[in-house]
This record gives sequence, C-alpha cells and structure tokens, in this order.
Amino acid sequence: MNDAAESPRRILSQLEVLESEAIYIIREVVAEVERPAMMFSGGKDSIVMLHLARKAFAPVSVPFPILHVDTGHNFPEVLEFRDKVVAQNGLNLVVGSVQDAIDRGVVREEPNGSRNRIQTPVLLETAEKHGFNALLGGARRDEEKARAKERIFSFRDEFGQWDPKKQRPELWNLFNARVHLGESIRVFPLSNWTELDIWEYIAAEGIEVPSIYYAHEREVFERNGMLFAANDLCRPRAREKTFVASVRYRTVGDATLTAAVRSDADTVELVLEEVASTRITERGATRGDDRVSEAAMEDRKKEGYF
Amino acid sequence: MDLLRFATAGSVDDGKSTLIGRLLYDSKSIFSDQLEGVERASREMGSEYTELSLLTDGLRAEREQGITIDVAYRYFATPVRKFIIADTPGHIQYTRNMVTGASTADLAIVLVDARKGLVEQSRRHAFLVSLLQVPHLVLAINKMDLVGYSQQVFEDIRREFTEFAAKLQIADLTFIPVSALHGDNVVDRSENMSWYEGASLLNHLENVYIASDRNLVDGRFPVQYVIRPHSSKFHDYRGYAGKIAGGVMRTGDEIIVLPSGLPSRISSIETADGPVDEAFAPMSVTVRLEDDIDISRGDMICRPHNQPRVMQDVDAMITWMGDKPMRPGAKLGIKHTTRRTRAFIKELQYELDVNTLHRDESATELKLNAIGRVRLRTTTPLLADEYLRNRETGGFILIDEDTNDTVGAGMILAS
Repeated sequence: MNDAAESPRRILSQLEVLESEAIYIIREVVAEVERPAMMFSGGKDSIVMLHLARKAFAPVSVPFPILHVDTGHNFPEVLEFRDKVVAQNGLNLVVGSVQDAIDRGVVREEPNGSRNRIQTPVLLETAEKHGFNALLGGARRDEEKARAKERIFSFRDEFGQWDPKKQRPELWNLFNARVHLGESIRVFPLSNWTELDIWEYIAAEGIEVPSIYYAHEREVFERNGMLFAANDLCRPRAREKTFVASVRYRTVGDATLTAAVRSDADTVELVLEEVASTRITERGATRGDDRVSEAAMEDRKKEGYF
Repeated sequence: MDLLRFATAGSVDDGKSTLIGRLLYDSKSIFSDQLEGVERASREMGSEYTELSLLTDGLRAEREQGITIDVAYRYFATPVRKFIIADTPGHIQYTRNMVTGASTADLAIVLVDARKGLVEQSRRHAFLVSLLQVPHLVLAINKMDLVGYSQQVFEDIRREFTEFAAKLQIADLTFIPVSALHGDNVVDRSENMSWYEGASLLNHLENVYIASDRNLVDGRFPVQYVIRPHSSKFHDYRGYAGKIAGGVMRTGDEIIVLPSGLPSRISSIETADGPVDEAFAPMSVTVRLEDDIDISRGDMICRPHNQPRVMQDVDAMITWMGDKPMRPGAKLGIKHTTRRTRAFIKELQYELDVNTLHRDESATELKLNAIGRVRLRTTTPLLADEYLRNRETGGFILIDEDTNDTVGAGMILAS
C-alpha cells in the first residue's frame, strides 16, 4: 500500500504526457458526443492525430469517420498517402470537395486562386450533411496567435463560428462537450504539442508521413521570399525564374499557397535536427495564407475555419 | 525530458507580458519572424525598447482595445525541461481566467510591482493559487531596476507576503527579485543584486521538483470508455479505458468497482504498445479484470481498503463563472471525473471576499467571479475525494442546462 515511500520516481517524459492527454481527449469525444468525425488533411499533424486515435481504441478500430476537405489543390503525394492510410486501416473516409462546391455554385473561386477561404463553407456543408456535431482537428496552439487562445473543446455556433469572447472556461481535464442541435464542438487533441513534439513523436513511433516532408529535388521559383513549386497549380509569373533546389515542406496546405523550404534533411533524424535549430515559425516560413493580414487566422476562424 | 505547466498572473502594469517575452526571448524560444513582427510594432508605437510584451498579444480585438481577453498558452523548452505557460490576464474576468489557467498548473508565478508592493490583486491571485492547490508559488518581485535594486524593498515585500500566506494553504513559496525589462534574474543571475543568493527564475522553473506533487497513494481509475470489439477475433474482450487519477495500479491487484461494490482483480493493464506492469497518473491505459462484471463510464476502479467517498451531499468551494448569478435552488448539470449527473444547490453557506478572506454569511447569491462555500445535492452519487488530497477526483464543473455553458468550478471539501 505504501506506494509513494518505496516508489521509483515514476516520471513520464513530455511525449508520454502529451500522448496520454491526447488519447484521453479523443476517448472523451467518443464517449460524450453522438456523431464525431476526425479531420484528416494528409498533413503530419492529422497523421499523428489519427495514430493517437488508433492507439486510443486498440484493439478496436477507430470508431468514427475520417473527413477530408479536398481543395482540389493537392500535392499528389499527399492524396496517395491519404488513400493508402484509409485502405490500410479500414477507415470510413468522407470527402467534401471544393471543386464540386464550385461547380454547384455553392462557393465562388477567389480572384487570387486560393481555395483556403472557400474551403470553410465546404467543411460546414459536409459536416451538416453527415450530421457530425464534433470535429476533431490537428491544430496546435503554438502555430499561431489566435490558436494560442482557443480551448481544447472549442464551441461553435450553428454557423460554425468561433467567438473568442464567448469561450467556455476549461478546467482540469473536465471538458464540456454539450451542444444544442445545430451547434458543434471542434476538438483539438494536439493543442499542447509543438512542431518539435510532433517530429519527435513521428521519430519515436516510426510514423510514416508523405514524402514531401523530406528533402527532395524540385523545380521552384521565389515569390515574397518564399519558394513555391512550379507546376500547373502554381505558375511562375513573367519575372519569376524557376530553378531546381533541394527542398522540403514543413506544412501541407493548399498547394498554390504552401511554400517549400531549402533543406537537405531527407531523414526523420535530420528533419528533427533542422526543426530544433530553426529560427522561423512553420507558418511564417511556408504559408502565404497567413500573410494576408496580421489577423488572417483570427478572421478565418471566426468564419468557421479550423 | 519532463514537462512543467505553469500559470502567470498579474496585470499588464506588473510587466507580466514583458516577463514572459523575456523568458521566451532569452531562452531563444522566439522565432525570428515573430521577433521581426514585434520590432516593427514597437517602432510604430514609438517605443525605445523592443516591446517584448507584444509577443503575447494574441487577438486583434485585444490589440485594438489594449486588453487581454483570454488565457493564452505558450510553449518553450530548455535542454532540461519542456514548459507550457498558461498566461492569464489579470484584470478582465480575472477569476474565470485564472482558475482556468491554474487548474492544470504545477506552478504559478504571481507578479508584484516592486514600487507598489503588495496590492489587492497580489493577494487575490495568491488566494486563487491556494484555492486551486497549485503546488508551487513563485512571487516574482518585478521592476527592481526602478527601486535601485534595493534589498530592503525586496525584504519588506517578502515579509508582508509571508504573513499573508500563512493564512493560505501554499505548499511551496519562493521569492525572486527580477527586472523583466532588463532581464535581471530572469534567465541569468543578476549582477545588480549580489545580495540575492537564490536561483534565477528560469533556473527555478527548470529545477523545481514536481514528481511528488501527484497523488501516488490512493488508487483511482475513473472508467472513461468501455472497449468491446464486435468481432470474432476479440470475442470475449472487454477493456476499461481511462486515465489514472491517483495511485499506482498493478497487474494482479485486488480491486473494487464503485458504485456497485463488486470486487475483482486486475488481469492486465494494456496500451496500444503492449501490456505494462503498472500504471500511475497521468497515464491513459486500458484495464482488464478477471471477472466479467457490469461496469460503465463514470464508474471508478479503486482498492478495497482505500476508497473514495460515495457522496450525494457535497460541500464545496465554488467559483462562479456564469453571467447570471448562482442562487440556492438552482438546478445544474455537473461533470466530475468521467461522470455526468445533475445537482441542486441546497445552500450557500457564505461568500468569501478574496481580498480580505472575510466570510459573508448573509450572501444570497454568487455573482460572476464570486467565490463561496456551497452545499449541493446530486441526483446520482459522486465518487470523490477531498480536493486537497487529489485535484483529479476532487474537482468538478457546473453546467447551465439551458445554455450548455460551463458556469462554475467546484473544489470538494471534507464535510
């Protein structure tokens, strides 16, 4: 009985604590919410989140559908990866297609060609169609200023909107998942993870991620100090010269907006080293979408974005 | 590498944002694009320093109004430890924000302006730290540069606060004189205060011993989710998933399930990576038992000779966070461990003045941000411990059943 006196120190590492916390959060959603779904973009954070969901319910398979909002602006490697993961794990995949929504006239293509903003109505429509009242997302608080203030269980009104002034107090590990019909909850099990934690976990668990996260040769051009892949989705303008460079992606988003970084890190160990020593945030380095204004993310979240 | 969660409390004027900015900056946790943004904004404000406080300003609404709306979480690491900061604003909605930040914190930093000494707010923050049972408190006496790095000023504040803290339940109290603006005693020991022999703030954060803060004595396993595969491969499989809330659970242990009182023995403790011999807080595991007994979410697995109380009449300190006041007679939803039930407020015994600690027994309601002692009756029993003994099994939240908002937080008292 006298556990404390005889005990070893029983200290968990930060990764063990974060893993346990995320598993607890995912289980809590399934226990408390009737129709949850998990957002899956094929990016590293959603891959880690899915890995944690599989751990949470082992030996049973993941007890909710996987929701992908397909912007149509994909890196082919990422789509292939998504389909492989779905097939390997017998997952139920639900796709909300932005192209389809454009064709149906539900949303209109923005003048700059980015589909980042118009994916929000598609997400909301898909969630409504399937009756999902909780969506698990892989967002992290260290990504961006607005995210730093969001709850783990983040309440959204019937329009999917986030109101930073009306957040529910969140104490201890007691999460309040209750909503009225039409309202919903976004849940972020990776809230307390940093980019470095994600990579340390990927390395420790041997998790596979799409090849574009590792250094490879690619034809790129420079725009606003960032390197973009030259392809059909993203064509260099007149004075933007293309060249071949060794690059990798730190984030995976709308392929027209997501930039690569110069890198020779072609293994998980080298990526870890690079992330640990990097001096610029992943969104600052690679996301054209957050550069639109100081409060770009805040505005998009209020509209229902993740 | 382990993890330390800490909360910071203080108003803008105390230099809290500057202190956090300094910790991030001097520990090289600021990224260059973040720093450039802050430098640009500082120049636009006409400031002669890089305003490190801007690093922690989050939302546009906050920048426009010059206030902080909500708890912000920040992350940094040194070679020794990983840190999560819950940065709580001091003035707007202070109770609501601070209890949120403090509820999961291992340590709290309360800032005091050396020129002003202890003010009402310092006492209030220290009280909340004690109410939420944050195990370690650091009183950071800031702006020492503006009092000529005077030892006398530091000692006076220390003496006064020690007297006040004697009335509270604070397990570990540390005083550190700092200048967040200039960096004295934040990351490195200050050369301006040779009279101070203690550790710098960061050094303290890196070394404060937190492993024994958890309850490793009373075995408590609230069942979160029952795993029951519907496949022939796992035909008879039944596992109880959850996070250990106290004590150490081992394979072979005799256990009892509450509220049924049925005994059994742990046949295995499983994780997706395979079985483990023992599990302790805060591990998420799946416990399997030798006997096939009826167990569902909200039940608790514990030891036959060390059980929580099974209670329907609950005495608790409540911090009220709803816009509408709480009055006796109110019916509310309650969530405690993994159990959800309903509660009825039977009696408001007193409201506590957080500044004077005076108990007002004539109070008839608790307004937003008020704290009081309440007796409530639940429709099904709670399996609970005194909050002082275990934060996990002693805390609960109250939910307005009409709006679904979280409107109160409770800490269970020994009755």
